Amino acid sequence: MNMSKDKSNKNIIQKEGLKAPVIRIGALQWIKSNLFNGIFNSILTIVMLLLLYKIVPPFVKWAFIDSFWFSTAKECSAGDGACWSIIPANIRFIIFGFYPHELHWRPLLAMIMMVGLLLYCKNRDHWKKSLIYIWIAGLIIMGLLMKGGLFGLTSVDSDQWGGLPLTLMLSVFGMVAAYPLGIVLALGRRSKMPAVKTVCIIYIELIRGVPLISLLFMSAILFPLFFPQGVTVNKIIRAQAAIIMFTAAYIAEVVRGGLQAITRGQYEAAESLGLNYAQKMRLVILPQALKIVIPPTVGILISAFKDTSLVVIIALYEILKTTRTALADPAWMGFSPEAYIFVALIYFVCCYTMSNYSRRLEKELHS
Amino acid sequence: MNSEAETNRIKRSSEEKIIEIIDMNKWFGDFHVLRDINLSVYKGERIVICGPSGSGKSTLIRCINRLEEHQKGKIIVDGIELTNNLKNIEKIREEVGMVFQHFNLFPHLTIIENLSLGPIWVRKVPKKEAEETAIYYLEKVHIAEQANKYPGQLSGGQQQRVAIARSLCMKPKVMLFDEATSALDPEMVKEVLDVMINLAEEGMTMIVVSHEMGFAKSVAHRVMFMDFGRIVEENTPHQFFDNPQHDRTKLFLSQILH
Repeated sequence: MNMSKDKSNKNIIQKEGLKAPVIRIGALQWIKSNLFNGIFNSILTIVMLLLLYKIVPPFVKWAFIDSFWFSTAKECSAGDGACWSIIPANIRFIIFGFYPHELHWRPLLAMIMMVGLLLYCKNRDHWKKSLIYIWIAGLIIMGLLMKGGLFGLTSVDSDQWGGLPLTLMLSVFGMVAAYPLGIVLALGRRSKMPAVKTVCIIYIELIRGVPLISLLFMSAILFPLFFPQGVTVNKIIRAQAAIIMFTAAYIAEVVRGGLQAITRGQYEAAESLGLNYAQKMRLVILPQALKIVIPPTVGILISAFKDTSLVVIIALYEILKTTRTALADPAWMGFSPEAYIFVALIYFVCCYTMSNYSRRLEKELHS
Repeated sequence: MNSEAETNRIKRSSEEKIIEIIDMNKWFGDFHVLRDINLSVYKGERIVICGPSGSGKSTLIRCINRLEEHQKGKIIVDGIELTNNLKNIEKIREEVGMVFQHFNLFPHLTIIENLSLGPIWVRKVPKKEAEETAIYYLEKVHIAEQANKYPGQLSGGQQQRVAIARSLCMKPKVMLFDEATSALDPEMVKEVLDVMINLAEEGMTMIVVSHEMGFAKSVAHRVMFMDFGRIVEENTPHQFFDNPQHDRTKLFLSQILH
């Protein structure tokens, strides 16, 4: 009956397969198979639950239930919850340091501009040549806002700059300058010219061999030795130079790894088309190499951001130092955990933003 | 296409030796990889080089566009001698196109960007014109519909055809093929060989390192056999396959043609 149908089916190789069976897992089943599968995992689950039970409720009680948010120091000492009021009471000093009180709008505006500039850069469609000019213009305007002296703005000496604007400035300009410098060093390290190669190796190994804190010390003490009598270089510029030089050495090694990862065939294909060295690197090799090393590069930049806290060693009041100075006030002295948690939150927000952005950038570039 | 008459006509009519290699020797450290190579390639000639692996065939053609450096002897391409002079090297590379075994397309650029890169930056051609040239050659290799895709989205045969089109966009005088079909599935080998045959029909000077003897028989003016860095035998395809002179050549042919 169905013989003829079977015969014709034999010659057709079916392209579509069957649909996969749908497996639904209930909540209880999920708990059983993920948290309690086997003796070891079950014990681990119970231990974790006990730990959480010990830690979380007391913390929530301390941080949110018994806490004070906008009270005075006296009221805080009377209670035993977290005294978050230390933050609102000292916020302007923590954020702006010793900057004149009535002029706080200027660093605030500078920070908003900085964040605006960074958000503008987020969009890859804006990565054109005009971006460099926008950055330079932004730099000048931000410097003007902070320093003053022109256009009717009162002059504010750089010794008084501090807090979050200082941290942001040192880290953002540090990263922006260190990245191209690191790329140049990486290319130099792989150069066939012995002079260039040796200079780059010496630079990278010397800088990587010392802690940033000692570089900052040296910049404060050694710099004046190299300049003629009476010429002083601004402390902030010295700190900025040290941070840039330090970060560039690490970026150089990471970029060098990326350059090594590109197959010889890519170099050869570019060369056989007649591209010169600069064109080969800029158009073919670096776009691929830099993309591969986005994860370790962002790691270095995140570290650089947090390393700005070391400039306290040359008496610059970045945000960690201003927080600690606020704690030196006898009224608020006992509430250091709250203050440090707050600073940690600020660092976390900035670092997580960088980390998140890098993940999105990688995803975009890999599609 | 490659009769004796045509071969002789090419030799007689063109004073143009596109490539001249005189007493060339190359060492990799202590290993003498190319020995006393003497070769002249005339405009419009098609040469197939075959031989066992390690015989130096790839190294020989890579010396022609300075991907490898020779230590002794002379190589003259398009009238320019190949030395350490960077400007000369770049000039020579503009006129010598190369197709690699592993395609080496630029993965971060689209197909059309891959093709227009060379003309725009090396020959200083305006972008629009470079893109028009790119489309023209993409159509020639029958792959124009993939112009906006990335290399990773194409099959091996398609990538190799794009690689050939990329070299052609520079409008070179010579094309070098380094085992261009060796990394392809048998089904894809044909589509690439067809493109190469098309190229040959239009009179492109070609030096092809290959194991595809069918291609050599039907398209080459000369077939060369290399072993241990020397050119052991060199003849027209007719003579080469039907009447090999050296024992080594006979052994190689018996192994490769079953």
